[in-house]
Amino acid sequence: MSLPVMGNSQSDVAGPKGSAWMYTDQVKEHFFNPRNLLENTHDMDVSEFNGYGQVGSPACGDMMKLWIKVEEDRIVDCKWQTFGCASAIASTSMMSVMVSENEGMLTSEAMELTPTDIMERLGGLPNRKIHCSVLGDKALMKAINDFYRQTKQFDRMKVESSKVIDPETNVTDMDIQEAVLEGATDLDSLQRKLKVAIGNPDIIPEVEKLLHFYVSKYYGDE
Amino acid sequence: MSVANEIQELLKEKPKNFIYMDHAATTQMAPEVKEAMDAYFIENFGNPGGFYELGRMAKEAMDAARTSVAENLGCTANEIIFTGSGTESDNMAIFGIARRHEKKGKHIITSAIEHHAVEYPCRQLEKEGFEVTRLPVDRNGQVSVDDLKEALRDDTILVSVMTANNEIGTLQPIEEIGKVLKDHQAFFHTDACQAAGAVDINVDKLGVDLMTLNGSKIYGPKGIGLLYLRKGVRIKPLIFGGGQERGLRGGTENVPYIIGFAKALELACEKQKSETKRLIELRDYMTNELLQSIPKSMLNGHPTERLPNSVNITVLDIEGEAFTLFLNELGIYASTGSACTSLSLDPSHVILATGLPYECAHGSMRFTLGRLTKKDDVDYVLKVVPKIVQILRKISPLNLDEQVVKDEGKGELKYI
Repeated sequence: MSLPVMGNSQSDVAGPKGSAWMYTDQVKEHFFNPRNLLENTHDMDVSEFNGYGQVGSPACGDMMKLWIKVEEDRIVDCKWQTFGCASAIASTSMMSVMVSENEGMLTSEAMELTPTDIMERLGGLPNRKIHCSVLGDKALMKAINDFYRQTKQFDRMKVESSKVIDPETNVTDMDIQEAVLEGATDLDSLQRKLKVAIGNPDIIPEVEKLLHFYVSKYYGDE
Repeated sequence: MSVANEIQELLKEKPKNFIYMDHAATTQMAPEVKEAMDAYFIENFGNPGGFYELGRMAKEAMDAARTSVAENLGCTANEIIFTGSGTESDNMAIFGIARRHEKKGKHIITSAIEHHAVEYPCRQLEKEGFEVTRLPVDRNGQVSVDDLKEALRDDTILVSVMTANNEIGTLQPIEEIGKVLKDHQAFFHTDACQAAGAVDINVDKLGVDLMTLNGSKIYGPKGIGLLYLRKGVRIKPLIFGGGQERGLRGGTENVPYIIGFAKALELACEKQKSETKRLIELRDYMTNELLQSIPKSMLNGHPTERLPNSVNITVLDIEGEAFTLFLNELGIYASTGSACTSLSLDPSHVILATGLPYECAHGSMRFTLGRLTKKDDVDYVLKVVPKIVQILRKISPLNLDEQVVKDEGKGELKYI
């Protein structure tokens, strides 16, 4: 493949031969061949699913819905729909395969699935796209929790609680985690995003501690 | 047919050649430009500062290029300062005026949709104690001259408003702003990188004191820009050194690139009338067809007062990065205002400034046509784009209320 060149010049300005793809082959494969997509929502009876989770928001640029079907504590079917970039779509697709393959994962195992597990199967994601796999993971946790709730297994539910770090701006540790995943990896960009600790410099050390924790958790020590 | 099968069917459409529709990002260098530059890398490599023949030859060629540029801008050759990029020229204009004239005031006016090359220097100046007013834009992306008049103060020293926006193509009322500023101390800078070759960039007609241009947007080389600096306007340099460019920008002059830049500008101005006419026809054809064939889509940018090559649309319920990758797989190069492709993961500040909600910025797609774009290329894009939209909408759980499109982006956004 090449670009046409202006005039009759013989110069070769073709550049990359169509192989320059910013994601791995696995991501590309799942993006262009999505597995377990819930199609035709209108005609489809979702009542056969017994767990549902939804995360993200259209304003943030990614949102996913996830339906799971649990039989004898195993996830035998997992369907999804995703609004978002290629890595968000591929992550959800890959996750749906991981939880439902080989007769299905036990719900307790699926609860332990991490964004890193999904990313590994995808052959990695660019740093800026890590939050896409985190989102899929959170949707799964919500769907399993929903299943536990519906089946009254309340003690098995796993709740992520958040703690207010800056009372003035009501910024929680979860907000900081989210912001780090969205690319705010230093104090300056974090403050621009969340306004955290601007009127309250005393808590900067605590904010920085959380910042470093999440940066090294998701991006490794750089 | 399943969505996966639909995708496989669609991807069979892939053509032999790529179709480049991102001319607002950069342009392919014109062969004439390369030819003009060729002799100045190896044969005539002299330093224009040299007093021997080799140096004089380089200096003469550079002077001729400077004169040619000046003719196209309607100014004199010594009002042209060559730089390393449009970004450098913008930085030079903003920091240069601010630091040289801060005793007269520390207030700067710019627009909410400037390129980062203007916006970020302004943010830096804010940190240094300057005050910046950003003029809002309407849904079409235009600033209002009345807003400017209201924002002007006795301590305003600089107004910087781009001639044409790089994302949505909207043209600004530069001449009118120029007239308003005639009776004010504030200097008037415009970034005209996108506008060159599309509109008249005569500096007197526009009424500007400083103007930024670069090579990469006009089929010239990358890594070369210029700042027009009206006679008598003083700025503080950013780069100190050997006294080149009237002492305002040190560093051995990039002779081949200056020559290429001048050639590119000459071609752009020569072709301006015919290309503008041809591109407006293509642009309007493409815009109308896209909006008709894609439900829940709308135009970003001014319906008529915009660059002849600019087609920016918002498509509801889908995300631009995924869209771009589909286009790429189908041999089409275009870009998006979605957060997912920006380094900051923030959606386009331009689309947001026109009043569209975040949901709509993520689904904005920019196609910018160019000298090589033919109707066949547009027809191919028109054929595959609605299919991509259809597929991505089947993958997406979103269903935003169409009302936001009917209301031209105004009003509340509802989820169905």
